[in-house]
Amino acid sequence: MGMLHTVNKSPYSCNTLQSCLSHASEGDVVLLIEDGVYAALKGGAAAEMLSSAQGVRICALSADVKARGLDGRLIDGVEVVDYGGFVDLVEQTDKTQAWL
Amino acid sequence: MSDVKKFLYVNRKPPHGTIYALESLEVVLIGAAFEQDVALAFLDDGVFQLVKGWNTEELGSKNFQPAYTALGDYDIQKVYVEKESLEERGLSEDDLLEMTYEDEDDDWAEKSSIRIVSREEMAQIMRDSDVILSF
Repeated sequence: MGMLHTVNKSPYSCNTLQSCLSHASEGDVVLLIEDGVYAALKGGAAAEMLSSAQGVRICALSADVKARGLDGRLIDGVEVVDYGGFVDLVEQTDKTQAWL
Repeated sequence: MSDVKKFLYVNRKPPHGTIYALESLEVVLIGAAFEQDVALAFLDDGVFQLVKGWNTEELGSKNFQPAYTALGDYDIQKVYVEKESLEERGLSEDDLLEMTYEDEDDDWAEKSSIRIVSREEMAQIMRDSDVILSF
């Protein structure tokens, strides 16, 4: 079933995403929330980290994406989910690890 | 007036994750009332504060982005944005809010307050300031 990882820090001020991605396994889901959504911004240095993550599903929380003016500006392959989608992910995975 | 000091407000945090961005705006507006020489600096994740198009409806928090565009009315004419910080994040000046002021020395012509500067220039701006407030 895999694990759900949430990342809530900007990849440009914290190594949280990097650490999360290097511990995530195939079949896991990484959900970007709060300032974590900046990682998926097209053209940014951090976006490369996400694209090179193999076998990991990457999602971003829509409320946080929109609040930051990033709607429609994320790299391909990132699935935007709403709060209901967040709950679905929690349900679909074995456990959740919040990378703070 | 001889006791006018050069104030620089340094913004390095993204807008919503913490209270820093909003607090900075509050302090800038208060400071603007004291007729000092005020400049704002946006670098590192602070540049995200100026990315246009916020929609905070789904998040359920206040959209304080319009306050940035009102800074010109408080006679804030210098908004320095660091070029390298923008580039690292895949951003350019086109992604930023429009921030303007009216230049009293030029028949009140509306001019952009945003000045894109290099990291080296930003360092010099910091050195040239009398007081630096960090957020």
